[in-house]
Amino acid sequence: MRTGETRWAYTFLLPWIIGLVLFQAGPMIASAVLSFTDYDLIGAPEFVGLDNYAALAADPRVARAIENTLLYTVIHVPLACVLALGLALLLNQVTGRAAGVFRTVFYLPSMTPTVAVGVLFLFLLNGQAGLLNEVLGVFGIEGPQWTSDPDWMLPGIVIMSLWNLGASTIVLFAALRNVPRELTEAAMIDGAGSWQRFRHITLPMISAALFFVVIVDTIAALQMFDQVYTMYFGTSQAQQTTGDAALFYVVYLFQQGFQYLHMGYASALAWLLFAVIAVITFIQIKVGDRLVHYE
Amino acid sequence: MTARRIFPLMLLGAASAIFLYPFVWLVFASLRPRDLTFSGQLPIPFRPQSYADVWDAAPMLTWLLNSVVVGVAAALAVTVSSAFVAFGFAYFRFPGRGVMFASVLGTMMLPAAVTLVPTYLIWNSVGLTGTQVPLWAGNLFGSAFYIFLLRQFMLGLPRYVFEAARVDGASYLGLFWKIAVPLSRPALIIAFIFELKASWFDLMKPLIYLQDAELFTLPRGLKAVVDQFYQGGDPKWEIVLAASVVTTLPLIVVFFFGQRYFLQGIATTGRR
Repeated sequence: MRTGETRWAYTFLLPWIIGLVLFQAGPMIASAVLSFTDYDLIGAPEFVGLDNYAALAADPRVARAIENTLLYTVIHVPLACVLALGLALLLNQVTGRAAGVFRTVFYLPSMTPTVAVGVLFLFLLNGQAGLLNEVLGVFGIEGPQWTSDPDWMLPGIVIMSLWNLGASTIVLFAALRNVPRELTEAAMIDGAGSWQRFRHITLPMISAALFFVVIVDTIAALQMFDQVYTMYFGTSQAQQTTGDAALFYVVYLFQQGFQYLHMGYASALAWLLFAVIAVITFIQIKVGDRLVHYE
Repeated sequence: MTARRIFPLMLLGAASAIFLYPFVWLVFASLRPRDLTFSGQLPIPFRPQSYADVWDAAPMLTWLLNSVVVGVAAALAVTVSSAFVAFGFAYFRFPGRGVMFASVLGTMMLPAAVTLVPTYLIWNSVGLTGTQVPLWAGNLFGSAFYIFLLRQFMLGLPRYVFEAARVDGASYLGLFWKIAVPLSRPALIIAFIFELKASWFDLMKPLIYLQDAELFTLPRGLKAVVDQFYQGGDPKWEIVLAASVVTTLPLIVVFFFGQRYFLQGIATTGRR
């Protein structure tokens, strides 16, 4: 009976086990092995030791891609989380029906395919006549060339990313809904002001959700690809002449692996990305353990 | 109403306007003649012709159908296989369960970009690059996020229902198919629509695996439209805009029908 049950349990797990070996663990190991080879898909992989990693350390485009990606992440994540928290707090101030409608509206940008978002913002961020600069013009500000001035392309990408706050807002709003009303009311009776109530009751109570949003958003930001690739990379005329101002890490990985067919080098790039994400997530979790209040 | 009540509503209204206006702009601009793409607010003069032209300029209908087929295949594959695996975790007590479940949680942390190259080599070795198979077939083995979601849901199902069915002589497959699946419907719908969305969004896999434009999905097709018509000597912005609307609209429709599940899914899993 028991062994029969175990056999059945593993029968149900079988798809996962096959997938784990074939599409997760296997590729991880293969990627590690490939990173020590020179492989262009045509000949056999040739062992080159640490050459790829040495090349990577000396590659100015890797440095540029890392710089752009980290800068984007460092600007995007705090802004996105603070804005999403602000929206969630506002949603929490209004009653049922209206909150539902606003929540739906905030999520709509997240239902727009990332390629379409990239296209849309090519128009909205257009330096000559785009909507953003029109609006800035109303306030007497002459907006920059968001899509063609190398100094302003990254800020433009950040602005685009802030259009999409829906998922984070919904997670934080759900967390706010779970803060017991008695707690804030008791604090109010004790004379705590609204900032004190937020700082000492609400924030600790939603810190786990906030922490989750920060981690997920950071991992996604470090892998930014679709929108940036749509706007600034590709075949034919769309290729911009603005240097590597919009070169993100995964874009470079894609170019190396699938345009130049440098499979070994791309694998080394992938492992560096994995290491960077692992280290950043680890630090966030360590810091989070001190700050997050778990019940 | 007091100022305390009105102030948040005003701010939320302003935020809504910021989130909604880009949609309005996109639709209106796609209905204006090209030389008025950037000027004017309303679609005047009204020119819906771009929506006729876009089907001629690019095989949009083929791409739309490809997206539907690939999206449904991807969503169906991942939902059924993840439910199957989730049932294994939720129902049985067996040696190795902790380790196996840790492997599920572990892969949630693994960035997709890391396995990109070897996964390509796998599909290449079986001669399936250049086909749509790699766009969905990897989903046949379940996906960590959905396995986790469905396991949590199934753990919440009353145990005695399963025990009663066992006493009545149901097989384990019967328990899964006749009890766990029907009772998990809300969670299954969440898994299905999230994967449908993910597939509808995906640009990377079509870029890597597809060369033949006839096989493109909508995002890959839209990228081709941008490359061809956004810049160069004779830009056709109205085509690019109309193609963007065509790419976006089906998903917005799905969202309005499945709204409840989307919002619930995000609130419970944090999946975006």
